[in-house]
Amino acid sequence: MKTSMLDQILRDQEAKTPVALATELATGDQALIYYDSATGSLANNPEIVAAARQAIQDDKNGTVKLDAGEIYFQTFNPPLRMLIVGAVHIAQPLSRMASVVGYDVTVVDPRQSFASPERFPGISLNHEWPDDGLRELDIDRRTAVVTLTHDPKLDDPALGVALRSDAFYIGSLGSRGTHAGRTERLKGEGFTEAEISRIKGPVGLNIGAISPAEIAVSILGEVTDCLHAKEKKAAA
Amino acid sequence: MAPSDVNQGSQDDDVLQEAANWLKAGKKVALATVVSSWGSSPRPPGSQLAVSEDSTFVGSVSGGCIEGAVVTEALEVMESGESKVLEYGVTDELAWEVGLACGGKVKVFVEAVQE
Repeated sequence: MKTSMLDQILRDQEAKTPVALATELATGDQALIYYDSATGSLANNPEIVAAARQAIQDDKNGTVKLDAGEIYFQTFNPPLRMLIVGAVHIAQPLSRMASVVGYDVTVVDPRQSFASPERFPGISLNHEWPDDGLRELDIDRRTAVVTLTHDPKLDDPALGVALRSDAFYIGSLGSRGTHAGRTERLKGEGFTEAEISRIKGPVGLNIGAISPAEIAVSILGEVTDCLHAKEKKAAA
Repeated sequence: MAPSDVNQGSQDDDVLQEAANWLKAGKKVALATVVSSWGSSPRPPGSQLAVSEDSTFVGSVSGGCIEGAVVTEALEVMESGESKVLEYGVTDELAWEVGLACGGKVKVFVEAVQE
């Protein structure tokens, strides 16, 4: 690989621009392929360019046999995102742990004394009302949403936006009773039972978590489980 | 068995960043990447290991089973400048061969990062 190509990939990651690196395994020839352009020695092969764009779309690394030979595609998509509603105690370890796992984390809470840089060093903060905040953040299929306030006036609007999105994970903190009440309120807003069943509640894997950090582990475990559910099914 | 090309939850960003740091410091660098894996091998395609000329390495292409061998190959590749494809399979314990005790198989592409 050319040093300039490595530098370009790092700049693209910084700018959150999706890109794929195509490598012909037999020769080491390469190209950087974007949705709207391509550079490098393999960039003039339309078959390779098309396969690279598909790889970015699918978020998948792998080797494909094409007419040109065995081509390996490495995709560099922006990080997965986790949007945490409620800058409560559990959000502190959860935001740190999710960052380590590779998520781009944003904490949404209109209460500025909760969502403060002192409590969340290095984490993006959004002080909008949760539904406005989540709409602004434009949830996609590479986004997990976790609500932690267990206050209906903050959680419910957020869940409404999350349920209308492609989020791959929606989790909501609260006891069984809290969750039952929440389900009823969302039904009242016109959501069907099937739609509401996307919400993981009580949130997290049942691992007996007690402390905020342990609860964060159980939530992050469940998010990981949902992220890889398709591959797990395929492997079973 | 079908190649496993599992969605990478997170990229090994820091591996490429470290490679760039070594290059800026004037060191030779090679990059090893898992390009396919079969069976129960622990790291999916896209997993990377960067190696500097002083044998320092960051990242991984297995659970620690083949990194030693890959680092040796990487040192050769950074000298020759010619990329290479390596394959590792099930360990033959009697022969003390380098391999994967998990019974998986991986294909690793090794390249120099150069001007």
